[in-house]
Amino acid sequence: MKLNGVFLPHEKGTENCETIKIPLPAKVRISMSQSMGAPCEPLVKKGDRVLVGQKIGDSDKFMSAPVHSSVSGTVMAVSDILLANGRTCKAVEIETDGKQEVSPEVKPPDVTDKESLCKAIRESGCVGLGGAGFPTHIKLNYNEAKCHVDSLVINAAECEPYITSDYRTMIEEADSVADGIRLVKKYLGIEKAYIGIEDNKPEAIRLMREKTADDADISVVKLRSSYPQGAEKVIAFNTTGRIIKEGQLPSDQGIIVMNVSTAAFISSYIKTGMPLVSRRLTIDGDIVKTPCNVSAPIGTSYSELLAFAEANMEFAHKIISGGPMMGMCVYDAETPLTKTNNAVLAFKKPLEDKKGMVDSCRQTNCINCGRCIAACPLGLMPARFEKAYDRRDKATLLRLKINLCMNCGSCSYACPAKRDLAEKNQLAKAFAMAK
Amino acid sequence: MEKLTVSPSPHIRDNISTSKIMGHVLVAMLPALFMAGLIFGGRALMLIGFCTLTAILWERLCNLVMKRPNTTNDLSAAVTGMLLAFNLPATLPFWMAAIGTFVAIVIVKQLFGGLGQNFANPAIVGRIVLMLSFTGEMTNWVVPFYDSADIETAATPLVTKTAEYYDLFMGRVGGCIGEVSALALLLGGFYLVAMRVISLHTPVAFIGTVFVFSYLAGEDGIYQILAGGVMLGAIFMATDYVTTPVTGKGKIIFGIGCGIITCVIRFYANYAEGVSFSILIMNILTPYINMITEKKPVGAVYPDKKKEASEQ
Repeated sequence: MKLNGVFLPHEKGTENCETIKIPLPAKVRISMSQSMGAPCEPLVKKGDRVLVGQKIGDSDKFMSAPVHSSVSGTVMAVSDILLANGRTCKAVEIETDGKQEVSPEVKPPDVTDKESLCKAIRESGCVGLGGAGFPTHIKLNYNEAKCHVDSLVINAAECEPYITSDYRTMIEEADSVADGIRLVKKYLGIEKAYIGIEDNKPEAIRLMREKTADDADISVVKLRSSYPQGAEKVIAFNTTGRIIKEGQLPSDQGIIVMNVSTAAFISSYIKTGMPLVSRRLTIDGDIVKTPCNVSAPIGTSYSELLAFAEANMEFAHKIISGGPMMGMCVYDAETPLTKTNNAVLAFKKPLEDKKGMVDSCRQTNCINCGRCIAACPLGLMPARFEKAYDRRDKATLLRLKINLCMNCGSCSYACPAKRDLAEKNQLAKAFAMAK
Repeated sequence: MEKLTVSPSPHIRDNISTSKIMGHVLVAMLPALFMAGLIFGGRALMLIGFCTLTAILWERLCNLVMKRPNTTNDLSAAVTGMLLAFNLPATLPFWMAAIGTFVAIVIVKQLFGGLGQNFANPAIVGRIVLMLSFTGEMTNWVVPFYDSADIETAATPLVTKTAEYYDLFMGRVGGCIGEVSALALLLGGFYLVAMRVISLHTPVAFIGTVFVFSYLAGEDGIYQILAGGVMLGAIFMATDYVTTPVTGKGKIIFGIGCGIITCVIRFYANYAEGVSFSILIMNILTPYINMITEKKPVGAVYPDKKKEASEQ
């Protein structure tokens, strides 16, 4: 038994596009909220000169990771920025000087055990690079007295259509990936590691097997190319067979799930000491003339990235940060790149009937076909949620476990009546969970 | 560049739609339609066409009167009309058929809120109303390949119990327009399963139960599943999304219930055929079946009722 969701068109047209470093932008805008958790306080002010890798934002909150400058240059302003989730936060605007002078703060950390590793990772500003952006040092710093973690699951499923940045990481930085896994395994004393890769990436499976052949405790698990294979609970079950129960963290089941690009970053950080200041991402979508994978400094604007990929912005209808299933639409093309951004997709207004890609259609009545229920990887009943929410039936929503919905969107995707089930689930969840 | 559109995820959708699903059902009914024309002639085809058209007409009229958007293009009315026609004898007067489609579309479906809101299968109720209102005309079974100048009728094989398996399988027997050829219905059923429109749960449970029950009751199991409306009911009527349970477990319960009620009516009640009554009764039980077959989500934790009680 494996958990499955829906089978999507892959659209991985950029899988053979080697990562290109984009030309240094004239300015970057670095948001103080880069990931899950508390936003940082800016440590610099207008007129300050900053260097690559210099810490420019930090927070004393538990759930946070510091932010570093991705360029060398002068701080132009510390202003407010509208994030994709509708909130605002501070952002540091830096005019680049083109020298890319590296800060003296940047030096390889001294890592000898779990504690020093977690401390170093916090200083690197590392967060989960798969999209959710959970601060990595918190994930690794689990309470050993409470739970015995014996399995490290490396999430290399990359189940969203279009995105190939994790795939390119595995191809281009295979050694870093393998090294990162060994490092985490060693310092945390984890016995087994599983690298979960979907079967539409045979080259990555081959390469990862080759690089980890000398270690019997690291196994590459070939997963079905179904969505959402890379969801934490799904990949944890499909690799280790353990179910992360309601209200539990993966560590409660002895598992740590980490994105493959995060593992590669940890390895390179330990070697070079360069914090998370740039990332690899896929630029694709139907108005993008040359879809590609690029490595770009954090804070580069989407318009700059899309211009690099020769997107025809005249027809831009939706610009999505992330994949088409869970990614968020941005309000404006000047939105800056963040640490968790594995793709920027730009689409024109959809044609009504393009195969598998119908974006907006007229909603019709629910016909009770059960496709949403079959599609839900966690076995929830989205159609029932919708009806219960429409009559504001909190008891039913809670009994049917609305709180488990992770907004993967499989139900909306599968619905023949084109009902916005995932959207309703989020409303219902907020309604039912409100005290 | 115009203003960007911002909408919640997901940003892509499957290209399946309600009208495509209904279109698949219509295609799946074609073999039976072909056999109907072959066995019962032009009159049967005319009746099928008439029912389909009037069903669409009633639906459109309801849309207009109720000031609702046009729903005829979802093809569900066409499916209902065609299914109802399959459940009628070839000689039924057209005006009676029109009453049947009226009951199905207007009363059973639209008055309850249209597609998705009806609690009973419209075609089944249409057939039952006609059956109770015009029992004579509704049981006037013509023999296959009849001569329209000299209509010859005979009891259905369910009553005579003398037909050959081969004739039952091919459809060379008297009966409703669409139910006679098990072969044609099975072909349609395979198409629906292959197109992932229906799952095997209900048909297998329904047909299997009729077979087993018949055997236990001392009847000929194979004869019972081939004769009468079991195939039509199990493949096309008991698999209607709206009025049947939504989970696999629920569908199996539904199918077993249909099978048992069908056999009880056939063997121990006054009617020769019990398929439509069985499906209607199970339609009514569907909300309860849905209630007892709720899925347990992966990793769900339920509060321990006993523990809670003892703590209080």
